[in-house]
This record gives sequence, C-alpha cells and structure tokens, in this order.
Amino acid sequence: MNETIRKKQTIRRIKIWTSVVIVALIYIWAFSGMPKMEFKPSAVQAIKAIFSGLIHPDWDYFYDPEGEDLLRTLLETLCIAILGTFISSILCVPFAFWAARNMNKYRFISSSGKFVLSVIRVFPELILALLFIAAVGTGPFAGILALGFHSIGMLGKLFGESIEDMDFSSSEALKSCGANKIQTLWFAIVPQVMPSFVSFTLYRFELSVRAATILGIVGAGGIGAPLIFALQGHKWDRVGMILIGIIVMVTIIDYISSTIRKRIV
Amino acid sequence: MDALKKRRLSLMKRLVTLIFIIVILWASSLGTEVSISSLMDGLPGMGSLFLEMLPPDWSYFSYVTEPMLETIRMAVIGTTYGAIVAIPFALLSSRNVVKWPVIYFPFRFVMNLIRTIPELLLAALFVPVLGIGDNAGIMALSVFSFGVIAKLAYESIEAIDNGPLEAMTAVGANKIQWIFYGVVPQVIASFVSYTLYCFEINVRAAAILGYVGAGGIGLYLNNTLKLFQYQRVSTIIIYTLIVVVIIDMISNKCREKLI
Repeated sequence: MNETIRKKQTIRRIKIWTSVVIVALIYIWAFSGMPKMEFKPSAVQAIKAIFSGLIHPDWDYFYDPEGEDLLRTLLETLCIAILGTFISSILCVPFAFWAARNMNKYRFISSSGKFVLSVIRVFPELILALLFIAAVGTGPFAGILALGFHSIGMLGKLFGESIEDMDFSSSEALKSCGANKIQTLWFAIVPQVMPSFVSFTLYRFELSVRAATILGIVGAGGIGAPLIFALQGHKWDRVGMILIGIIVMVTIIDYISSTIRKRIV
Repeated sequence: MDALKKRRLSLMKRLVTLIFIIVILWASSLGTEVSISSLMDGLPGMGSLFLEMLPPDWSYFSYVTEPMLETIRMAVIGTTYGAIVAIPFALLSSRNVVKWPVIYFPFRFVMNLIRTIPELLLAALFVPVLGIGDNAGIMALSVFSFGVIAKLAYESIEAIDNGPLEAMTAVGANKIQWIFYGVVPQVIASFVSYTLYCFEINVRAAAILGYVGAGGIGLYLNNTLKLFQYQRVSTIIIYTLIVVVIIDMISNKCREKLI
C-alpha cells in the first residue's frame, strides 16, 4: 500500500518536473531569438504624435457631406459585420448538426464535421478576404463574404455543442403524443436551442465588428482602409479620430449586445 | 382572457423584433451594395484562383520554417508579457480585493478600452513607433493579451470562495499574505488556462501581423501575394493551418488537465 502511494508520488513529481523543464526550454528558445528592443529617438516622437493625435482628433473628418468620412465608413463597417454574421448564422446550422455527436449514428461523421469546423476557424479572415476579393473585386461585399465564411467555424462549433447538450425528454414526450417530425422540431427542439443560438450569434457579432474594422487593410471595405492610409501618411490627428470612432462604436455595440445576451440567458 | 392578451403581446413582440431585424439587414445590404449576381460572376474567378494555388510549392516549406518559428516566438513572448502585466491589473480591478470603486473602476475602464482595439490595428500603430519587425508585433500581442487575460482573470478572482479569505482576515493576515495564500491558490489554475487560451489566439494573430509590417510569416504572405506566387501562398496557408491546429491541440490538452 505504502509502495503504491510512493510510486504515485514519484510519477507525479516526474510529471511536474518534466513540464517545468519543457516550459523553461520553450522560454529559453523564445527569448534567445528575440531581437533587441531599442527605442530610437524617432520612437518617442511617434508616441508623442500618436497621443497628440488622440487628444486633438481631426473633427473635420467626422462628418463630410461629400466624400468619405468617419461616420459613413463606420456605418459600412457595421453593415459588413451585420451581414457577415447573418450569413454565417444561417450557414452554420447544417455544419452544427453535422458536428453534433448525438445527431449522427457514427462517431467518425461528427468527428469529421468537427475537423472541418476547426479548419474553417483557423483560416484567418484577412486571407479569406483576399480570396474573395479575387472573386468579387475590392469592396465591402468581399469583406461580408470573408466574415460570413470565417464565422461559420466558431458558430458551428458552439451551436453543435449546444445541440449535444440538448435534453431529449420533451421531444420524446411530444413524439409519444403523436406529434410529427416538424412539430417536434418546432415545439421541442427549437425553443430549447434558440436562446443559446441567439446568444452565440450576438457574441460572434461583437467579434465580427472588431474583425470588420481591419478588413479594409486588404481592401475589403470598412474603416480599415482610411486608417491605414492615415497611418502611412502620418496624419496622426486623423488616426486619432478614427481610433476614437472605432473604440466608441465597439464599446456601444458590446454594451447593447451583452445587455441583450444577459436578458436572453 | 388574460392569457390570451399575454400571448398576443408576446406575438407582437416577436413580430416587431423580426421586422426590426429584416429592416436592419435590408438597410445594410443597401449600404454595402451586396449583389448575388457579382458573386455568381466571381465564383469562376475564385475557382481558377484555387486551381492556381494547386499544387502547393512543397520546396517552399523549408524556406518559411524560420519565419514560422519567429511567428510562434512572437506569440510566446507577447503572451508572457501580457500575462505578467495582467496580474496586478487583474488584482486591482476585482471588487473583492480592492474594496473602493474609485480604484477598480478606472482600471476596468482602461482594460475595456484596450480590448476594443483589434491586434492588427495595434500592430499598425506600433510599427511607426518601434520600426518594422518583430518588436512591433510582440508589443501589439502583449497589449492585446493583457486586455484579454486581465479581464478573464479579474472575473475569476471575483468568483472565488470567500471562506478562506475571511479566515485569513480573522487570524490577522496582512494584504500581501491575504493575496498570496488566499487569492492566488484559488485562481492560479484558471489564470494559466486563460494564458494558454490567449496564446492560441496570439499564434493565429501573429500569422497575419506581418501584413502590416510587424514581423512573422505574414510578411512572406504579403510578398508572395503581391508577386502572384499563388502556389507559395497556399504553402504558407497550409503551413499556418498545420501549426495552429497542433498548437491548439496541445494547449487544449493542457487546459483540460488544469481544470
């Protein structure tokens, strides 16, 4: 008895020490290859310029009756996020059923679905946007498609998990009372998964708004393009204005969306 | 009668929500000039692009291994910096450690502000400050992971069991002892788990940071795309996918063991 306990303890100790050594090795590798962090005098200037831009933003850019302005591009960004999320919330449903363990007879079917979803998930939006630009040209539509496709990965995974957690007693009760397939789907399954589905979609929408702000860097619409132009042209007051715009928009969206999510769940 | 009224009301509510959603969708599709026909016209072009990407340029794998390792290195260092800075911030912004709202509200406000900015924008901001290269990427990832980890950590600090803390106060522990022996043992596992989670996000983010000049494999992606070397592009994409999937798997295993 004593022997086995001691054995277990040594195994545990070995495990802990090996993991410590592995982590230490990773850190040694990482930090040994790091380039030196050096502050040039230009760095201080740049920081000063960025902060002065944030404090004195270019208010003329906020609204310009003709041509591009902050308000219009921010709205475009929002539209990209809304439509992208909408597309993915519809397209993710079949994927979710494919990946849910309790919806498929064989394990390998659901595992393959999970694998496909994780591949979609790791595909960066920016690369997707580049691919879609090749198809539909530059502009917000490419951004919408990129976001719509990318979000399938996350929404499908979360939604599939909530299908797996579903309680089947109510649908069985309905079936035993003689309800047909559509009725059980409508009255037992949909009410159960709907709240989490809406909540996940809203959560994804919050992330999509953030993602949409950078899509413009590759030319897929939204606020990213004017931002990158302002950065390259060192127009710090405009950069400050755009940053403030992004921060305010994201904060408002987050607040609204999390309030709705709290009420749903 | 009352039940009927209630039902009608909830039906009305649903109808209004539905109409609201449809109006929003319609307005945004007008604003962004969505057209299904251009998608249909463009799909063959996308197909031919995919064909151009095949087969991947296998010899390019060994060439981009060094930038790939650099990308992972950036993610490791960035996550670590972020996690270290996040510790005091998380403690200072939790309601049960610091009792005064005057202190924890400003800290939370700063964290919320930081979290609204995507990492690519942070990188774009750091490039003019630190110059083109890894350092800008590392700083961008640090700031970003700081925001994520600090928020998750303070939420888990606020959710800890109050019993040990009260016991420690009762036997006369000072604030430092209180934090070290009362708070830290309760949250350390979830803190490490959040850090790993953030590391996963950072690896993905680091892979594209190079696009704005902040080091890593994104730079090569940008260059090959500009030169229309699509077979190399697909090599980079496949390589990134493999690395990300492996890191996700390892990190997931570790996180499952932790909690």
